[in-house]
Amino acid sequence: MELQQGIFVLMGLAMIVAAILAMYVKDLVSSIIAVGVVSLFASILYLLLQAPDVAMTEAAIGAGLSTLIFLYALHKTKDAEEEND
Amino acid sequence: MDKLPEIILHISTYFVSAGIILATLRLIKGPTMADRAVALDTFTVISISLIVLIACIAGRVIFLDVGMVYAILSFIGVVAVARYIEGGL
Amino acid sequence: MSWNSLLGSIITLLGSIFLFLGALGVYRMPDLYNRMQAGTKSTTLGTMLTLLGIGICHYEWLGQVLILIIFIALTNPISSHALARAAHFKGIPLTAKSVTDKLKEEESKAEVL
Repeated sequence: MELQQGIFVLMGLAMIVAAILAMYVKDLVSSIIAVGVVSLFASILYLLLQAPDVAMTEAAIGAGLSTLIFLYALHKTKDAEEEND
Repeated sequence: MDKLPEIILHISTYFVSAGIILATLRLIKGPTMADRAVALDTFTVISISLIVLIACIAGRVIFLDVGMVYAILSFIGVVAVARYIEGGL
Repeated sequence: MSWNSLLGSIITLLGSIFLFLGALGVYRMPDLYNRMQAGTKSTTLGTMLTLLGIGICHYEWLGQVLILIIFIALTNPISSHALARAAHFKGIPLTAKSVTDKLKEEESKAEVL
């Protein structure tokens, strides 16, 4: 098997595993981390498909910005729940 | 003998891929969320190496820019997770 | 076969072995702090060696690769330090084999004073 095909299959399997983990894990911060890992591997997959601009956008938005926004939203909603109690 | 550097680069790519498999196992097992954050921190460093190795094998210089963008933004992500676990943000 | 590509590929192989051993430590170590040490020190050295080897292979890429090496050497210890600090203040326990915990001793002294 060619080397790039091997990395391709490995990245796809790791994406599936991380996505299933994001569904079944108990606490929400672990789910956010798993979603960031899915986005990381998607970025490497785009790189292997010879699309560096899409990979750059995926790395910027998926791995950096969406993790930050999810954590900020989780923090805000947790504050609102504590006020209601 | 002429293709020896290319073969050595392929072998090192296999080593880096094995490192990604081991970090994935820790991501699955990790009992607390801090363990998974450690796995994410390991993933970012290993995947920067993998991106640069792919750039060397494919021979395109623009892939290095992807690695640079990823290094900056993943650092911000890991620090955000750490600040959330500590309680601040 | 030119000598700089052979030298660069051997340095890259050394760095990738360090990366593999770091990931093995992340999988095998008993508690969070040991895992963090394995996942930071070894992978930082491994990434720096890998990037330096590729910069020697393609010496026209050396400027960008050196910027990337300096950035990783600056940011990777900072993020690991933030994670360790967060884990300690959240109260994640050490493993049962650990002998001493200087930070906890100092904190209990400060509480007594």
